[in-house]
Amino acid sequence: MASLARRRATDYTVKALSTGFAALSLVLLAWILWTLLARGLPALGPHVFTRITLPPGAGGGLLNAIVGSLIQIGVALIIGTPIGLMCGTFLAENGRNTQVGSAVRFVNDVLLSAPSILIGLFVYQLLVVPFGGFSGWAGSIALAILVIPVVVRTTEDMLNLVPIGLREAAFALGAPQWKVVTMITWRAARAGIVTGILLSLARAAGETAPLLFTSLGNNGWSVSLDAPMASLPIAIYQYAASPFEDWVALAWAGALLITAGVLALNVVSRLVLAKMK
Amino acid sequence: MNFAPETSIDIASAVNRATAPSAEPKLKVDKLNFYYGDNHALKNINFEIPEKRVTAMIGPSGCGKSTLLRIFNRMYQLYPGQRAEGNIWFDGVDLLGKDLDSTVVRSRIGMVFQKPTPFPMSIYDNIAFGVKLHESLNKAQMDERVEWCLRKAAIWDETKDRLHTSALGMSGGQQQRLCIARTIAVRPEVILLDEPTSALDPISTSKIEDLIDELKQEFTIVIVTHNMQQAARCADITSFFYLGELIEVAASNEIFTNPREARTRDYITGRFG
Repeated sequence: MASLARRRATDYTVKALSTGFAALSLVLLAWILWTLLARGLPALGPHVFTRITLPPGAGGGLLNAIVGSLIQIGVALIIGTPIGLMCGTFLAENGRNTQVGSAVRFVNDVLLSAPSILIGLFVYQLLVVPFGGFSGWAGSIALAILVIPVVVRTTEDMLNLVPIGLREAAFALGAPQWKVVTMITWRAARAGIVTGILLSLARAAGETAPLLFTSLGNNGWSVSLDAPMASLPIAIYQYAASPFEDWVALAWAGALLITAGVLALNVVSRLVLAKMK
Repeated sequence: MNFAPETSIDIASAVNRATAPSAEPKLKVDKLNFYYGDNHALKNINFEIPEKRVTAMIGPSGCGKSTLLRIFNRMYQLYPGQRAEGNIWFDGVDLLGKDLDSTVVRSRIGMVFQKPTPFPMSIYDNIAFGVKLHESLNKAQMDERVEWCLRKAAIWDETKDRLHTSALGMSGGQQQRLCIARTIAVRPEVILLDEPTSALDPISTSKIEDLIDELKQEFTIVIVTHNMQQAARCADITSFFYLGELIEVAASNEIFTNPREARTRDYITGRFG
């Protein structure tokens, strides 16, 4: 009976500890969100969306940073998604038990956990130095390099969940491999693949480090990918550390916008997943 | 016909007795050996499969019957490390030939698997997928083909009002009949069935067995089954495999009532397996 009492005590302790830590992490998250809402909401007004960044006291907004972020994320998506999708498909369909597959998978895992500032420096050396200047292209490509490994990993994982039997059934009808992949396995895994792409975007949207050395930021209005380009994370980085009250307020507004955007992407990806299943 | 020389008089005569009046075999397996890497899975198989008959392959798990089935439509070629030696003659062509296009082989020798494998699309598109791979039909012709094969698979009445809904919403038995319809739609000559009812309930099973009986009017059918009653009910000819060897082939009523080989008798009376 003593052992039963001890098991009950262990059970109670472990349950209490795990509940406690779960609550703690939720409290931290709620605290962050609360601060963000408390500081960001009052700073949010129409001027944030209609005016570009201006000197302190001039009543500037974040229009150029919002547009710059959208452009760079969009270009990163256009570059990164096909590469990631194809690479993930190769790993799942052709590279399962091959040395090339293992090598690619390993490199991808390294890239997945590489500090994003390294990616920024890499693109700086690769594109900014040789072409003589910071540009939206460089920023977009740095973000694409962040997007690719996430898409590769989720695509491979999702395709691996598609039963072998489904592929064999398509092959048994006389389908060539490219049709089996595009019409059967991609289709069977599409909800997961789309979710992976959306989540990779959410990750790229909040990154500052890869943009610092690549697109730099731009306090004027510019939508040219050949010139330095503004972005929300960089605007937040600059403004939050400034001594000017209106700039700090704008930084809070920008942080709120990014958080809301990332939250929206997560919600949409869950809806996509639920609807397709 | 470019058939290899007769090697196994015994088996051939058994098949001929079973299928009289005798005809050219649809598939003729000649000195077939098969390897999974170093594992010698099929040993010197000589076997004839008559046209428009149901041929069953029985035997304990791991005996090589599914392996043989998957050689007929070259599924084994999807996996590196699997290797076949010998010949399988199909209308004078060696199915193991290097320069034969697997997609063409598979359009003429269709296969239905153990678990129903509906594609994640509508019932109609499940059928159209295979047809489109080999023929370009207009809408009316495709509609006609879809109805034709669903009727053949005895599932038209259950599906005609929901052709454009997802096939994933059907019951397991319906899904398996859809898979048979999908295979028929490509108009193969041979249909391979790999334990097609082992995942189904008794009512669905009996529907599929009735269907097999219908289909042999038009198709050559090879069925792998663990269920000896099913072989006895459905198959004209039954073959018994054990440890990678073909032990005995005979008309089903002969093999189940009066097997020649002791190992066959032991298996069908449940003494091992």
